[in-house]
Amino acid sequence: MSVEKKATAKKPAPPRKPRAKKLPKPRWDVSDLDTWGPEKHQLGATIPEAGNSVYNETGGWRTLVPEMDPEKCDGCMLCYFYCPDASIIVEDGKAVAVDLAHCKGCGICAKECPTGAIVMKTDEKE
Amino acid sequence: MTTLDSKNVLDATTVAITGNEAIAEAMRQIDPDVVCAYPITPQTEIVQVYAQFVADGKVSSEFLTAESEHSAMSAVIGAAAGGVRAMTATSSQGFALMWELLYVAASYRLPIVMTTVNRALSGPINIHCDHSDTMGGRDSGWIQLYGENHQEAYDNCIMAVRIAEHEAVRLPAMGMLDGYVISGAIGPLKMLSDEQVNAFVGLHRPINPLLDAKHPVTVGPFDGLHGFYFEHKVAQNRAMDRALKVIQEVADEYAELSGRQYHLLDPYRLEDAEIAIVVVGSTAGTTRMVVDKLRASGVKAGMVRVRAFRPFPHEAYAEALQHVKVVGVLDRADSFGAQGGPIFLELRAALYDCDPRPQVLPFIYGLGGRDIFPDNIEQAFAVLRKAARSKKRASIERRYLNLRED
Repeated sequence: MSVEKKATAKKPAPPRKPRAKKLPKPRWDVSDLDTWGPEKHQLGATIPEAGNSVYNETGGWRTLVPEMDPEKCDGCMLCYFYCPDASIIVEDGKAVAVDLAHCKGCGICAKECPTGAIVMKTDEKE
Repeated sequence: MTTLDSKNVLDATTVAITGNEAIAEAMRQIDPDVVCAYPITPQTEIVQVYAQFVADGKVSSEFLTAESEHSAMSAVIGAAAGGVRAMTATSSQGFALMWELLYVAASYRLPIVMTTVNRALSGPINIHCDHSDTMGGRDSGWIQLYGENHQEAYDNCIMAVRIAEHEAVRLPAMGMLDGYVISGAIGPLKMLSDEQVNAFVGLHRPINPLLDAKHPVTVGPFDGLHGFYFEHKVAQNRAMDRALKVIQEVADEYAELSGRQYHLLDPYRLEDAEIAIVVVGSTAGTTRMVVDKLRASGVKAGMVRVRAFRPFPHEAYAEALQHVKVVGVLDRADSFGAQGGPIFLELRAALYDCDPRPQVLPFIYGLGGRDIFPDNIEQAFAVLRKAARSKKRASIERRYLNLRED
């Protein structure tokens, strides 16, 4: 078992290219947010646009990172649906990698994976 | 036999009603989209009567019963964020249980309108009137309008909708009435017609509503690890400042409709007054009577009733009271360890820049519903008269009215 695991152990998949680059400019431009005074912010701190987390890196405080073994993945998609940050990258019906810009390392994917294809590893940051 | 002066003549449009019923009637006429409230003495009657309106089909409100005031406030926050007009009512411990949500409602800039029937906070457990509940919530970011009687409680409830929803304000607003003294006592009320109230409050115009599926938004997000909380707080305070003007504009418009003119504060016989009492709520009526009695005997006494406490119109108070030698502030709530009660602290600060500067003395009365009699108010005026005659400034120790002394 351990030999098998060793044989299939791979480096974590490289971070997915930020999806923001594929998207049009956001309607709500917050590029100069740090310069905003009280009048420029939205009333009550509401975010007036849906789905704009793709423009922001939210996974920076991760300590663990999921490592995928596509050979063990049977494509059940449980990780995909359980992931609270929509960070599971699926290719050809299998979980192949995570979006490291948004994965917070919560481990729900590894917990839910019925085939042991996802293991949480310490996130070694450069 | 009682004679009525011309301005108090009762006519066919006047009804005899409890303060709580007056609020329930105002809410019926406003007919908000969502009402969620939890009953608590002495506010219970508001919820009870409103529930009857719902059952009888007299309103179109979605009426939610919650398991606590924390949930009731949470529900109206959700409703208001969803984009509808939402109202609630509470008292005392219920108000205290809403605590964290009061701040949430204000910081999300949701124009919720709530009536709070003032009652003492535990302990010892006490169900009677004082202002310790809402005075404790004075920094929560809600607009606070204190009513004197049935009529004003009703009027404030209707005006609060317009003030809270005004685009320059967008803050929740609470209207207060004294527990039992007003809430449970029957008094006269001149009601507007349903059509008048309907036209006055107008259509609710939500900003970034959560239920607008075509324009999805996120309400209440985390501000970030190095976020913009500070800027949002300053924006809230600027809205409070703007509310001063809006409260008066709405009152002026309401006066055209009702014939009843309200101001940010309510001065009485103050023009040439040498001594004056500042008081809030139903005790103002008793104080007016004492002022008249003192005036009849040649004492230059006056009074100001506090109406808007948040925002506090400090400039208007300085203008109204700058010529007065000694001002006594009657607080029906205490701030333990502070120099005096909440209104005293506010007023003393407001008069600090006056030259000459009036003396401001703290009085505490009525805690836990302790009765306040004209004699007690005369005693307070006697303290002010003595201080006005003396060359030395008077002690600013708290003076307690109708306290059982050792």
